[in-house]
Amino acid sequence: MDLKILKALNVERAARRAAIVVTDLASGSQRLVKEADDLGGDPLADVLSARFRSGKSGRVEAPDGAEVFLTVHTPPARIVAIGAVHISQALAPMAALAGFDVTIIDPRTAFATPERFEGVNLVAEWPQDALPQVGLDPYTAVAALTHDPKVDDPALQAALDAGCFYVGALGSRKTHGKRRERLTELGIAGEDIDRIAAPIGLAIGAASPPEIAVAVLAQIIEALRKRPQAVEERSAA
Amino acid sequence: MDDPLTIAEAWSSEGRKVALATVVDTWGSAPRPVGSHLVIDEEGRFEGSVSGGCVEGAVVAEAVDVIETGKPQMLEFGVADETAWEVGLSCGGTIRVFVEPVR
Repeated sequence: MDLKILKALNVERAARRAAIVVTDLASGSQRLVKEADDLGGDPLADVLSARFRSGKSGRVEAPDGAEVFLTVHTPPARIVAIGAVHISQALAPMAALAGFDVTIIDPRTAFATPERFEGVNLVAEWPQDALPQVGLDPYTAVAALTHDPKVDDPALQAALDAGCFYVGALGSRKTHGKRRERLTELGIAGEDIDRIAAPIGLAIGAASPPEIAVAVLAQIIEALRKRPQAVEERSAA
Repeated sequence: MDDPLTIAEAWSSEGRKVALATVVDTWGSAPRPVGSHLVIDEEGRFEGSVSGGCVEGAVVAEAVDVIETGKPQMLEFGVADETAWEVGLSCGGTIRVFVEPVR
């Protein structure tokens, strides 16, 4: 691999942008295709789009008959939890075990203490201040867990705007009904609000905070693995 | 830092000669998915994996040659292959690994 291509690829990966390395297996010649590139005129345009969608690497035959390998690099999925609450205390270590990077945001410094979240990336700021730095994207899941509209609502709005692959919010149907009214007043379209998983988590009858954390993590994994096409649609929007 | 591509860039920047191995095909039961990377330097030091540790030794040996010749190589390992059997791809699958120099 040309060192220039490797460096450019690592820049894309560090910035959490998808990229594909196209390798001619006979000659070893390579090129880098970025997700933001205009694929019009690329002989492999359809295949490349499909691979960005699926995230899967693989061998294909180019129109000229050449054997080509596509190494697809999509950003690793991560979870941003809003609320340094009991559920997040259980969610953080479980999500880390499952391979997710986890960030917890809560402006309430009584909750967001390092003692309660040892070894966890914890940001004691308002979501609207913290999220621009965190950089939400279609490979991020956002779980709003504070029960407090002042904290949760701005995070939900940011998550919907950024096309996060999963957006969930804690609260009963009644609570979510009121949330829906507030988000509508903020100018968010009904179909976007429909994307919020609420009440949050898979319906497994979870009762305790750690059980709710299991239900939330399972729902995030389901969103990630069973609906990859949604990531592409949202990132294209 | 355990990411092979970041390591490949870092090693190259240090002036080490580096090869990159990539799993390009798997058949049957294979421990590492297509697209998995292994990075190797000219002294045979490596990071990453292209199998569950079964064929890394053979890939590293080939990679040192690739670094010397500068020519990419396609390697195939499977249970039907006696050499591969010796290095122990016992999971029952076959894999193809593309090894290329980084320069």
